Amino acid sequence: MAAVQDGGSELEGEKEPKPELMNDGSTAPAAAPSSRPEDQQTLLAVLQFLKRNKLIESVDALRREAGLADEPEEAPGSEAAGGAGGAAAGSGELGDAGALLSRVSGGSQSAAAPAPAKGGDDQPDVSVVLSAYSQQGDPSLYQVYYSGLKKFIESVLDCHRAELSQLFYPLFVHMYLELVYNNHESEAKSFFEKFNGDQECYYQDDLRVLSGLTKKEHMKGNETLLDFRTSRFVLRISRDSYQLLKRHLQERQNNQIWNIIQEHLYIDIFDGMPRSKSQIDSMSGSLAGEAKREDNKTKVYYGLLKEPEIEVPLDDEDEEAENEEGKPKKKKPKKDSMGSKSKKQDPNAPQQNRIPLPELKDSDKLDKIMYMKEATKRIRLGPESLPSICFYTFLNAYQGLTAVDFTDDSSLLAGGFADSTVRVWSVTPKKLRKVKSAADLGMIDKESDDVLERIMDEKTASECKILYGHSGPVYGVSFSPDRNYLLSSSEDGTIRLWSLQTFTCLVAYKGHNYPVWDTQFSPYGYYFVSGGHDRVARLWATDHYQPLRMFAGHLADITCTRFHPNSNYVATGSADRTIRLWDVLNGHCVRVLTGHKGPIHSLAFSPNGKYLASGSTDGRVLLWDIGHGLMIGELKGHTDTIYALRFSRDGEILASGSMDNTVRLWDAIRAFDDVETDDFTAATGHVHLPDNSQELLLGTYLSKSTPVIHLHFTRRNLLLSAGAYNSQ
Amino acid sequence: MTEAREERRFAEVPRESIKLMAESAGVELGDDVAAMLAEDVCYRLREATQNSSQFMRHAKRRKLTVEDFNRALRWSNTETICGYGAQDALPFRPLKEGELFFVEDREVNLVELALATNIPKGCAETMVRVHVSYLDGKGNLEPQGTVPSAVQSLSDDLLKYYQQITRAILGEDPHLMKVALLDLQSNSKIAALLPYFVYVISGVKSVSHDLDQLNRLLHMVKSLVQNPYLYLGSYVRSLVSSVMYCILEPLAASINPLNDHWTLRDYAALLLSHIFWTHGDLVSGLYHQILLSLQKVLSDPVRPLCSHYGAVVGLHALGWKAVERVLYPHLPAYWANLQAVLDDYSVSNAQVKADGHKVYGAILVAVERLLKMKDVSLTGAAEGSAAALQNSAGGVIGFRESSPGLSPPPEPLSEPPLGIASHLQAGGAGCQWEEWTPVSLPAMYCELYSFFGDSLAVRFSTGPALGGAPSAAPIQSSDSRKEPGNGTANLESTRKMPQLTANMNISPRQDGSPRTEPAPPSLAATASGRREQARPSSRSASQSRDIFPKTRFTPPQAGPPAFSFLIGGRQMGRRCQGRRFQTSFTPTPLLTSLPPRAYAHKLPVIGRVSKPVRRWTCSHYSLYLPL
Repeated sequence: MAAVQDGGSELEGEKEPKPELMNDGSTAPAAAPSSRPEDQQTLLAVLQFLKRNKLIESVDALRREAGLADEPEEAPGSEAAGGAGGAAAGSGELGDAGALLSRVSGGSQSAAAPAPAKGGDDQPDVSVVLSAYSQQGDPSLYQVYYSGLKKFIESVLDCHRAELSQLFYPLFVHMYLELVYNNHESEAKSFFEKFNGDQECYYQDDLRVLSGLTKKEHMKGNETLLDFRTSRFVLRISRDSYQLLKRHLQERQNNQIWNIIQEHLYIDIFDGMPRSKSQIDSMSGSLAGEAKREDNKTKVYYGLLKEPEIEVPLDDEDEEAENEEGKPKKKKPKKDSMGSKSKKQDPNAPQQNRIPLPELKDSDKLDKIMYMKEATKRIRLGPESLPSICFYTFLNAYQGLTAVDFTDDSSLLAGGFADSTVRVWSVTPKKLRKVKSAADLGMIDKESDDVLERIMDEKTASECKILYGHSGPVYGVSFSPDRNYLLSSSEDGTIRLWSLQTFTCLVAYKGHNYPVWDTQFSPYGYYFVSGGHDRVARLWATDHYQPLRMFAGHLADITCTRFHPNSNYVATGSADRTIRLWDVLNGHCVRVLTGHKGPIHSLAFSPNGKYLASGSTDGRVLLWDIGHGLMIGELKGHTDTIYALRFSRDGEILASGSMDNTVRLWDAIRAFDDVETDDFTAATGHVHLPDNSQELLLGTYLSKSTPVIHLHFTRRNLLLSAGAYNSQ
Repeated sequence: MTEAREERRFAEVPRESIKLMAESAGVELGDDVAAMLAEDVCYRLREATQNSSQFMRHAKRRKLTVEDFNRALRWSNTETICGYGAQDALPFRPLKEGELFFVEDREVNLVELALATNIPKGCAETMVRVHVSYLDGKGNLEPQGTVPSAVQSLSDDLLKYYQQITRAILGEDPHLMKVALLDLQSNSKIAALLPYFVYVISGVKSVSHDLDQLNRLLHMVKSLVQNPYLYLGSYVRSLVSSVMYCILEPLAASINPLNDHWTLRDYAALLLSHIFWTHGDLVSGLYHQILLSLQKVLSDPVRPLCSHYGAVVGLHALGWKAVERVLYPHLPAYWANLQAVLDDYSVSNAQVKADGHKVYGAILVAVERLLKMKDVSLTGAAEGSAAALQNSAGGVIGFRESSPGLSPPPEPLSEPPLGIASHLQAGGAGCQWEEWTPVSLPAMYCELYSFFGDSLAVRFSTGPALGGAPSAAPIQSSDSRKEPGNGTANLESTRKMPQLTANMNISPRQDGSPRTEPAPPSLAATASGRREQARPSSRSASQSRDIFPKTRFTPPQAGPPAFSFLIGGRQMGRRCQGRRFQTSFTPTPLLTSLPPRAYAHKLPVIGRVSKPVRRWTCSHYSLYLPL
């Protein structure tokens, strides 16, 4: 299970469209080929690659391992090469395999990284990737082709025009790259100049990168370009529109464009009405186009796990004195809040033991009891009763505050700083104390009742503890639910586990060889997830020094990672402007959510596990229905990157915090209620978003020159926000 | 290539620069090579910049730093650029000759740096501060950010409060004012408004013609001082200076003799003492400053008498030690001036003379208290047994006398200044005390007696007189004890006495007609005391054997005031109550000219006790009123 799970599906994605386009009429999402031939194909591709690179021993070893005979392996290989698209297609396929290999084995993207260890030097690696562009056409005709297509698309009926316009961007990019690759620099430049302005504004960032690239040599190390090559750009087009396009291209004998469409694009054809411009716009914007529909077909068990039955001790009524009959009242809310749902298994919830969860310790049970008690005192929020907001301002944080986390009970606060330190503060009057040294511990009477108190060294009590260990900025911090541990992820490529008893580092998890942008503990502890610059999210268990799962598939850095409340899924947001949901059990990617127009920097699951909110650099918050894999809301208002998102404890309010020094509160209930997810929408995935951000916005709260980088609802629904005062 | 440069999509490195750099490294480059290199350099720079932006984004910053760029370089296996990590902006300068731009790189003198004595302190520690920024989603209770800013923005509510309060206090309605003052005294949420109120109060200087407004402002000071939720901090200085202004300045309002600025000064003085009493920690540094300014006023003969009066009551308010330190040493010099005023019987001098009597009375009260407290402190310290004896001997007066006898500080109501003085001394503020040689009580009494004669002695022994005939025996005993100490010295003073008494006898008649009720009662007060014998405390210092009968007979000549003698004499165990009593009784004979209310208003001045004292000692007063 520790292997990469995504390789297969990605390869499948790339191979699929070919047959589909060949036999013309067949339905687009051709049933996925059975996994057996699929695996074999992958193996063969790998073998071929190894052979090309004269890695005979590896070939032998792999062959032995796979139990493949010499003979059959030869045949399909040549078949593949000769089959579909002649030499170009063959090399393209090889290229894909090579690229995959490099990603899988090195966990890295070629040129920016030190040369991958296994794949030999990266020269052939990249060249195979790029060789797909080697097909020669008359460079001067590219502009003619493109403007011909443009003219055609502008002339078609309005209903088709919006859909076919989606073709512009990927075609533009690929044509430009072809020109560059074939050393037609000046043609490439004039092509770019001429059609650059036609592209959608949300691709500006990518276009900027592209425009700087004018030489073949530059293409080697460019990550954006590799992303473009290693994945097909996905378009969703209605059958009618597609037929229209196809007829046009066949009439014109426009092979150049047709080839690009065949090789580099994945056209997801659906039956029914063409989509409107706004529908398309809301879903597009990611680095590789929209998500394929079948990507989001897998069933996701988004329900919550059954809470363990815990007897609330009835004796200590002192706190409950406010309400006269403490016992019945105490019991009831407990049932209301979680009991009723968990009594009968939620149909959408995963099996209780779908993934093994740690046993509850006594202290955990005590904490649960505390939680329930607090929950009874929780304020019901709503549009009329907004939460109070407390701002935790970091002063004198000249070294740069990069990450913040609160414990669930809001008793501790951790800050990660750019000077490689992690600082932990006690938010309550209770000071932070270390455990005594081993020698001193030996002298303690272990039988005494207050042994837990005795092991603490009173001399070390202080409000703040500094944890030293990282050698780069700390980009992510996360407390374990039991408050015994703290995780921190850093630019130095490690994730460190700290003990909050001794305030020392326990483990440094090495696996990401690149900056780790985010990490988070599972809501049940034990597991944690991390993601970083190497585009692979990893699932770890605290007692394993190697990851349990690797979630590969993102085309750019993973910027944020979040656990689903039931701990069975992990959501990752990426700089490729997509969100992916991964199944912890088997490592599959079960949801790909597109629609953001900028890197995603914050994610939040609703407390009931049904919804996901995501915030990005474009200042928009998007709401997602996990069950259907649909976008169900768009919250506009922020003017800068959203670094913090959090649902209130009962899910009525969504709070978002941003670089623009504001906290905004949104009416989450209404946002989710307004959505009518009829069967049609669910089936086609054509969302139509109401533009009601202003009605959903309940309040905008300004801080004073302090970007909001973390939000937290206390157990009683008080909103805590944190950020560093920025004096400039 | 040239086209590319013309397009200028991005900042580009011209090939000339590349050539120059190559030359500096000793390499000769061809044009084409330089052009190729230039283009590649541009591209690499762009790429590195684009990569570095993600480090900026993850550090949650808006500003790209050198550090970010270096990280991008490091991760692409390129050497990093060192030396530009400083946070400050680097000045980028053009050179006039030739189009050359460069980053200023100043030379650093390492020797100087290494041997520098002003080692910079480490920057402040990173910390976290909490604010309730928005309560129930609305309202900004406190501006978040904790950046101390001079201008605190006020919420609308506070602003409205401020307007209402100031309007009520400075307005016409006395009832509203009372409510506003009460609220000001107990409101816990007005910390943000403090500077504004202090500012309003500092406006005393612009309303010096309006006694009423001055009074209101002083009341405002009192409310602020009494508000337990307010931390006055450095604003206390401003408050003190406003109060001092009311005490010392020759207010425009005092030009008109009908204006009772005396009350105002008394009240201000009491306020001052109250501030010192309750906020001693804040104002201890001011103590000497104030003493000095009081002393300056007192020693300046050009100042009007009302200023002198203010200085005296101010000193009085600061405690008997202040009186001992400043007033007492200045008395001989000042006395001559005062005497001159008092001795001038011309009609044109009538007003001034009346003022002079005020000062006289004030001084008298101050020095009497000085004597008394000094005695108490001596007896308290040296012989507790004597006090006990005296108490038992005092009989009827015993419980009155006992309180000062026990320990002065715990009696804030009537003796705040003493408490403060001792507090200050303990606090180390009294640096001048050391150089000043204390005068012994007998010597002091002698000297004072030389000025005041009998009027002083009378004030001393208010208590024993209460007993009148019945308590004759204890009085005698104490008197007899007193006498030997001071026998010879008093000869002189007895010589002076008649002068004074004569003045007193005459002055009421002279001044009485226009309005100067103040004068006669003050006389009455002194006179009333006169017949009472020296109080026990001064017994060690004074004789009053021969004076006693004399004084007893003098007052009857004065005529009307005789009433008050009788009553006052019987009444008072302590000065305060005594005066109180007089104020309520002396008017009767003089009722003619003024309505009783105005009278009551003024009388405390006459009796040298101002209203607040009455308020504070209210319980005592009510207790004794029935007598």
